[in-house]
Parts: sequence; structure tokens; C-alpha cells
Amino acid sequence: MKMKSMALALSVAALASTAGAEGVKVGMITTLSGGGAGLGMDVRDGFMLAIAQSGNSDIEVVIEDDQRKPDIAVQLADKMIQSEKVDVLTGIIWSNLAMAVVPSVTAQGKFYLSPNAGPSALAGKGCHKNYFNVAWQNDNLHEAAGAYANNAGLKNSFILAPNYPAGKDSLTGYKRMYEGDLAGEVFTKLGQKDYAAEIAQIRASGADSVFFFLPGGMGISFLKQYADSGVDLPVVGPAFSFDQGILQAVGGAALGVKNTSQWNKDIDNAANAAFVTSFQAEYGRLPSLYASQGFDTANLLISALAKSGVADADGFRAALEAAEFDSVRGDFSFASNHHPIQNIYVREVIKEGDVFTNKIIGTALENHADVYAADCQM
Amino acid sequence: MSTILVIEQVLNGLQFGVMLFLMAAGLTLVFGVMGLINLAHGSFYMVGAFAAAAVAGATGSFFLALIASLGVAAAAGALVEMLVIRRLYSRDHLEQVLATFALILIFSEGTRWLFGSFPLYLNIPVYLSGPVTLPGGIQYPLYRLTIIMVGLLVATGLFLLITRTRLGIQIRAGQSDREMIAALGVDISKLYTIVFALGAALAGLAGALVGAIQSVQVGMGEPVLILAFVVIVIGGIGSIKGALVGAVLVGLTDTLGGLVLPVFFKLFMGASAAASVGSSLASMLIYILMVAVLIVKPSGLYGAPA
Repeated sequence: MKMKSMALALSVAALASTAGAEGVKVGMITTLSGGGAGLGMDVRDGFMLAIAQSGNSDIEVVIEDDQRKPDIAVQLADKMIQSEKVDVLTGIIWSNLAMAVVPSVTAQGKFYLSPNAGPSALAGKGCHKNYFNVAWQNDNLHEAAGAYANNAGLKNSFILAPNYPAGKDSLTGYKRMYEGDLAGEVFTKLGQKDYAAEIAQIRASGADSVFFFLPGGMGISFLKQYADSGVDLPVVGPAFSFDQGILQAVGGAALGVKNTSQWNKDIDNAANAAFVTSFQAEYGRLPSLYASQGFDTANLLISALAKSGVADADGFRAALEAAEFDSVRGDFSFASNHHPIQNIYVREVIKEGDVFTNKIIGTALENHADVYAADCQM
Repeated sequence: MSTILVIEQVLNGLQFGVMLFLMAAGLTLVFGVMGLINLAHGSFYMVGAFAAAAVAGATGSFFLALIASLGVAAAAGALVEMLVIRRLYSRDHLEQVLATFALILIFSEGTRWLFGSFPLYLNIPVYLSGPVTLPGGIQYPLYRLTIIMVGLLVATGLFLLITRTRLGIQIRAGQSDREMIAALGVDISKLYTIVFALGAALAGLAGALVGAIQSVQVGMGEPVLILAFVVIVIGGIGSIKGALVGAVLVGLTDTLGGLVLPVFFKLFMGASAAASVGSSLASMLIYILMVAVLIVKPSGLYGAPA
């Protein structure tokens, strides 16, 4: 189970050339087995694609599987720091794992670049000068969904999310922007597969719409069961329940659903067009938003390394803060708490030929930052 | 809380329970007859679901997919019994747990190697999709009703098999005295293979039935396996009747607990906090039930006293 896949030819090349003093060692802890494996693989593949494209042979990546278990993630982080001597860590998908790993990593003077999880605790009081989130603060996409719900005239939402840090951030985020009433609010188990009980509650609640945050396999189950239940209220959600990796498994049940995302494959800029084409050529599937986040994370790292070595922590940190790389999202910058300021779009699930995918139909929030920055004292 | 909601949740609990029964029946038979703890039982659930998804994808027929799930899981079960499990009967439980845990890893990585990490597509057939209206104006998905029916049919079939057939007599005899029935000339190793394959087939059927409403992916069996163990501990190890009663109890407790507890906590705390505390406690409820049953009846509801 302990898959230790050194980063292919790249790291071999790095070892062979004994890059030495200028090299940087990156530890990637991500979910490569179990129900959330698709997310971790997308982040890994996006990240490794960017490294390969940069031709930078000084970056060595060590990849380990956390199995979506916090205790394993903590062990891996300790091992990577103490025996592998990594300089930068990245890769964690789930907020409960990030909460277990990130504070100890940054306390040991290492850098952490988050390609996905952005729990509110690490954006506010628990922020750290060596912690950067390249994806979003957890609340962001849900805030955008709330803003969209207002525009769409939804007045009585039933909201549900899993009972873990990102799930709580999700409902908080939605309620922050949403102005209507709540017909019900439910926390489900993390990893839950059967939503018959929740769907029955939705049916009985008299809601006019459903907002849900159920990433990975959870979203597949919910959508299929929802479509089959005869409840036909409009559904709104963040991109996580409608990303490229799971849309094919959901099938027609998701067609036409509106969801919010900071990225989509049709965002019009040169970096994104090149990313989508090369990702498809390399891996034979369309990239998901997780892959785009992995890709951006690697490019941020590469851009910072071009300016400063990791040994000069202050210089390296300043180079990260500048975020001078071509994000596939277009404009991208860091707020004072090292979380992104970016546009968040509304997407609609469509069918292109045989493939279910998303298309952008509008902008929900422009240059949006999170609300926790004010609590962050670095 | 309306009556309709409660009835719908009772049906949901029943459906969940019946699905757990399909898993627990094999587990409890294998433990009862062979004295073997089989952690790899969840893998047969996964194998059944993947076989169904592959066959449904190739032929488009859901019925064939169900047949395939039974056949492939039974074949996998028979193969595993002959290659691995057979060597474990005389060993202690720790070695059985280690070996069958290894089987989980082999099955999971093997399936990932064959099918990839992304969830597969297995949809319910058109003739079973959509809701039906039950007496009293309750709308309920036809497919879930079908699962309840299939589960009850299997339970009846198993009951008849155990009580009315020669194989059933041998199984019951095997449960009470292994050496004696071997001495009486029953081919005990063939009997073990049959029982193991039967258990695997039921798990595979459960995987295929549930895979169509949830998702077919690597590692889908393990969470269900834990619940199946809870079921057989509550019902009494080795008892099919106990497995059925235990499964329905667990199903109803889990579903109704998730409904009632948040409402209960709302009486004296805010809606958000009540939802959070209520759902946390609801996920513990089946384990609390297990503890309660074990305090009153240490060998389970229908278990033979140790």
C-alpha cells in the first residue's frame, strides 16, 4: 500500500546530474487510494505535468499516498521532513488532513503550498508566513454559489455538506452570501454513500432549491439517487460535485446543473489552452479543476525558484508572494493571508459529443478574497 | 416531522438493512461453519459491483449484469477459498485476519490496475428508475423497493436452504461439530468451498445492487464490511436469522437516528449546532446499539451461548 513513486525520469535525471546545492526537494502527500483517489491523482498529474514542461531538473518530487487518513498523513510528513529532508510540502486534498499536517510543517520552518484544502482555521488566526494556498479558501466557491442563488431568485434553500472542516466552511460560505431562507441544514457523514434519508428530508422540507457540497464519490451517489427520487428542485453547488473526474460516472443526472468554480477548461488565455491540450495529450483525459490547481501550484513553485533558492527563506517567500506565473485561471494574486484573490465563475454542465463537461455561463464574484484575512497576524 | 417522512425513512432503513443482510449472511455463515474471520468479504462486494458495471457497459443489460455479479463473485470466492483460505482454517484468528487483510490489498490494487481509480458508471435500468406512488401518497424510488424485495427473497431462500435441504443440514452440522461430519463421510472441503462461494456471491449481488445507486469504485467494500461485522455481532455469530434481524435493526437505527436526533437537539440549541451535534451522535448510534445488545446478551441476539 505504501506506494512510493519517485517522479519518473525527472528525478532520475536530477539524481544523475547530482544537482546539489541549487536543487529543491518537494514532498507530495496526497490521496492515491480509496474513494478520494481520483482527486489526488489529478493534483499529482497536473503538478508533474508543469514540472516536466518547465524542464527544470533541479526539482525532485517525492510522492506518497495518505489514504485519506490524517494519522498516515502526519507520519508521512514527519518522515519526509526528517529522513527525506524535503524543503517544500504540497498535495493534501482534504481539510481534516491539512489541519493535522500543515501547522507542524510550517512550525518546522518548511514551506507548504496547498493545491486544494483551504480550511478557514489556516486562513485566519492559524495563518502562517510559510503556508500558501494556491487553490482557494474553502468558503470561496460556496460563497459564489450563494451569490448565484440570489441572482437566480432562489428563496428557500435546503443545504447539506459532510461533517468535517471543509463541510462546515462550505455551509458557512453559502450562508454568508445567500439572502433567502433555509428550509433545512444537514451534515452528512464524510464518505457517506446513501442519501435516501437526506433526500426524504428534502422532499418533506418544502424547499425551492438544494445546495450541496459533496466532493468525490459522495457527489456521484447523491446526484444519481436524487435524480431517481422524483424530487426535481433545482440544484446548486460548488464545482467539486461536478468536476471532470466524476461527471462521466454521474451521467445525464447532472445535465444543466449550475455550479461555481475558479477554473474551467474554456477560460480564454494562452496558459489554459496549452494546459488543457497538453494534459489531454499526456494522460488521455480532460483535466479537472484539481488538475488545474496542481498545475498552478507547480508553476508558482517554479516561478519562485527562478528568483530565489529555498535556502534563502525570506527571498523565497517574497518570490512566492509575488505569484509571478501564468495561472490557467487568468489573473491571480495572493491576499495578505497567502490565499488567492481571483474571479469565481458560474458553470453549467453540458454534453460535448459523448463527454459530459462544464461551460462558463457567467461570473459570480469578481476578484474575490476570503473574509478571514483580517484575523491573520503573520 | 410528517408521517410521510417517517414512513419513507422506515423504508430507507429497511432497504439499507436488507443490503447489509446480503453482506452479513455470507460473513456469518463463513464464521459459523468454518470459524474463519474473513476481512476480504468486502472485496467480493467490490468485485460484484465491478463485474456488473463491466457487463452492463458491454451488453447494456442490467439483468445480465446482476447474473455476472453473482457468478464472478462466486468464482472469485471459490478461487480464494481453494488457494488461500483453505490453509487458514487450522490457524488462529490473528493469522486469518492478517492473510485476509492482505487479500483486501491485493483485490483493491488489482481492481485499480484493471479498471483505474476513477469511479465506474453503472446506472439503474430504465424500467426500474423513477419513483412510484405508494398508498398514502408516498413517493418512493422503484429501485429501492426492488432492493427490499430482492433482499427478502434471498433471506427466504437462504432460510429454506438451511432448514430444508441436504446442503443446509450439512452446513448446520458443520457449525456444531466439524470433525464429526467429516468422519461421517461428508466431503468437508467441498462443503467449505460451496459455503464460501455462496457467501461471496451474496456479497457480490449486494455490491452490484448498491453500485447502481451509489458509485462503483475501489475500496467501496470496506465501510460496508465494518457495518456487516456490527450486524453479525448484534445478531449472534453464525445465525442467519440473527443476521437478518441485526441488519434491519442497524439499518433502521442509522436512518431514523439521523432524522430524529437533529430534531431533538433543535429543542434546546441553534439549528446549525443541532444539525452538527445531531449528525455526529447519529453516526455513533449503531455502535451504541451494539454495546447495548452486548451488555444484555453477550453472544448476540440469536447467538449460541459461548
